[in-house]
Amino acid sequence: MASSETQSAAPRRGLLHWTKVLFIRLGVLPFLLVIAVIIFTLMSDNFLTGRNLTNVVRQSVYLMIVSLGQMFALLTGGFDLSVGTILAITSVVGASAMAASYAVMPDAVVLCILIGSLAGIAAGVVVGICNGIGVAVFGVSPFIMTLGMSSVGFGVALFLTGGVPVYGMPVEFGEIFGFGKLFGIPVPIYVAALLVLVTFLFVNWTRQGRYFYAVGGNEKAARLSGINTRLTLFITYVLTALLAGIAGMLLTARLDTGEANIGASMPLESIAACVIAGVSLRGGVGRVENVVLGALFIVLVQNGMNLARIESYLQMVVLGALLILAVIADQIRLRYIAGSND
Amino acid sequence: MNTETERGGTARGAAPLIQTRGITKQYPGVLALDHVDFDLKPGEVHILFGENGAGKSTLISILAGVQSPSEGDVYFRGEKIDHESVHHARELGISAVFQEFSLVPQMTVEENLFLGAEMTRSGVLDKAGLHRRAQEIIDRLGFPLRPGDRVHHLTRAEQQMVEIAKAFRSELSVLILDEPTASLTDRETEQLFELIEQIKAQDVGIIYITHRMQEIRRIGDRITVLRDGRYVDTVDAADASEEELVRLMTGRVIDELFPTIAFNPGDEKLRIDGLTTADRTVIDASIVVRAGEIVGLAGLVGSGKSEIMRAAFGIDPVSAGRVTLKGEDVTGAPTRALMNRGLFYIPPDRREEGLVMMRSCRENMSLPSLDRPPFSKGGFLDRVGELRMVNDLAERMNLQPRRVERAVDHFSGGNQQKVLLAKCLTRPVDVYVFDEPTVGVDVGTRAAIYAFIRDLCEAGAAVVLISSDLPEILHLANRAYVFYRGRVMAEVTGDDITEENLLKHFFEREAA
Repeated sequence: MASSETQSAAPRRGLLHWTKVLFIRLGVLPFLLVIAVIIFTLMSDNFLTGRNLTNVVRQSVYLMIVSLGQMFALLTGGFDLSVGTILAITSVVGASAMAASYAVMPDAVVLCILIGSLAGIAAGVVVGICNGIGVAVFGVSPFIMTLGMSSVGFGVALFLTGGVPVYGMPVEFGEIFGFGKLFGIPVPIYVAALLVLVTFLFVNWTRQGRYFYAVGGNEKAARLSGINTRLTLFITYVLTALLAGIAGMLLTARLDTGEANIGASMPLESIAACVIAGVSLRGGVGRVENVVLGALFIVLVQNGMNLARIESYLQMVVLGALLILAVIADQIRLRYIAGSND
Repeated sequence: MNTETERGGTARGAAPLIQTRGITKQYPGVLALDHVDFDLKPGEVHILFGENGAGKSTLISILAGVQSPSEGDVYFRGEKIDHESVHHARELGISAVFQEFSLVPQMTVEENLFLGAEMTRSGVLDKAGLHRRAQEIIDRLGFPLRPGDRVHHLTRAEQQMVEIAKAFRSELSVLILDEPTASLTDRETEQLFELIEQIKAQDVGIIYITHRMQEIRRIGDRITVLRDGRYVDTVDAADASEEELVRLMTGRVIDELFPTIAFNPGDEKLRIDGLTTADRTVIDASIVVRAGEIVGLAGLVGSGKSEIMRAAFGIDPVSAGRVTLKGEDVTGAPTRALMNRGLFYIPPDRREEGLVMMRSCRENMSLPSLDRPPFSKGGFLDRVGELRMVNDLAERMNLQPRRVERAVDHFSGGNQQKVLLAKCLTRPVDVYVFDEPTVGVDVGTRAAIYAFIRDLCEAGAAVVLISSDLPEILHLANRAYVFYRGRVMAEVTGDDITEENLLKHFFEREAA
């Protein structure tokens, strides 16, 4: 008995040690993902199927793209509460422009889709430009600036439509960008994958990418190193809006209508996805690949809870609790790191 | 005086106020203190001496109740104590003033003074009483503070005074001061020393951390030297020579702290004519810097010696005057353009504006030069080239430990300073400006930094050295300007750079 116990104790301590090393390296997210997959697999037979998992990835596309944008704002030490509004205004303006141009030239479908998408994304970017000017030039705190703009933008979106969904877009728009598949994989996933790749390259392999971290980590040091900190802050909010705008057009394609009421949950969910992925709220720390996983995780949990027939009210409780748990875990991790002096 | 006669019974060789036995502090992976014995007698100034990372800070934070030891005991007046908190230590009369301030910037001086120990009258804050007590403490210390001022409006030196004043709000038996003079002017320092004399006479024991020899001579009674977390020796301040102390501290002999520099003044590189800043911290100041020389800028804190170079570097706005860099008028040009033309300014406060603390050494070193090879290639970062360059720089600066991917925050102060200095080696520079390059740095690193500056100068660069540490200017500069209230009061050259010559301009106008 005694000998078998000592034998099993050694590898168990080894496992614990490696768990800790992994935790310090990667953060809490991989563990949460594994735990979530195990729990939902046990709770529902339909969870761990190729079809459902593809579904999860497709559903997570919108949040993922918005979270990539949110990451830029968080990296520079701010955040963007107007991402939901940007989605809404993109959707409304994009759908209106597309429907209007389709009504004028019903044969030029591709051109109409192009005009509509560009108009929608441009409208979203305008919100970002306002945010950027407010934060970078006038020094308004990101909280107030983006909160104010979210009200302004939402009001404009409702005013433009009178609160009614916008119809009349060419069906091809929804068929391709909402429900289309290429080699069995939904089109939105390709768009998201491309954006993830581009963002990854941008953040890790360009000068400007490095500057987001520097400005968020220590704005004065960045300025003394010759970095245009205002320009960097401005670019941050424009990029956040650009990504949210693209997500807005994709969602419009999925819904087949332009709606002012989409995206209300986006600010919270995108910040949650980033924070769970280890992006620091104080700026200067965060990785693209983790943010992708963070967005996937949130949608995965929502999907799993739906399959397990957990009430939507309870789902809110679970999501909020997970967010707090993730932050606590991150604090513990920081303490480990500080303790090990590494 | 009264207090002294009252307590006259306490002999000087009396029982120690504080005594530690075998204090050990183990962090995961690092042994910060290794069985250290230390004692503090009433009425003495006990200097803690050692390199950055020697364990001084850990020791005082244990004595002040910020941390608890992994092993060993602390005795206070002969009784074993277990600090649970800073608060408990304060109740015993043990107060510490750390380098990192614990002030709430948005609150006033008096609110900060009594934070956590506010006096109340029947449950309501006794604001009049607090105000009166705050004024009393400030008057007693002779600091130029107003109780109603908000802390974030104060200069760093004034904030330091608030920190020191905090220690005096209750009955004091042990005062711990961690490099308190780092941001004080000479006069404020003198005031602090008089105060220390005064409380010494009241049998308060003082633990004092400093790297400055003059201070040790001026106020020290005994010196305990720590190295790598271990106790090395305790010596009397009266008969300890600098060489001896440095040998104890580093375990080796440093022949000379200040190197001999071969000056070879050449072309004029930087010329500032009649510069006035928008906030009038610099008024009509002119200086000239040539290649192959080190120009010292001396003066009190806030005299304009630092502000003039910050304005020239495009950080603070210029309202009048001209800045000429290598013959080109660059007045009011943005920082990036100035760097591209060969000017580089290294700020004094590495935490505040020098380094991005949570990012790696690699990213910090390469930050100023990501726009050029070997850091970038065709619009993208060249991370292979970057790593190679950064490793070379770490080697050249002798970064310890040599782990360039580690966050700067986790290095000792001296090594953080090396990372900061390495930033200016990432690109071609004609005029280097070092603003207080050795603040809070141990003697070993200081010697290395001086050698570093010498090498740059001898390689033909123009160097501007801004320093509040007079010996630095005396030993390193071949020309010096003295600033007073934003104006250049004197230009001194070569052998005329003496303490006397410089100091007489520090206060000149005020005397007149």
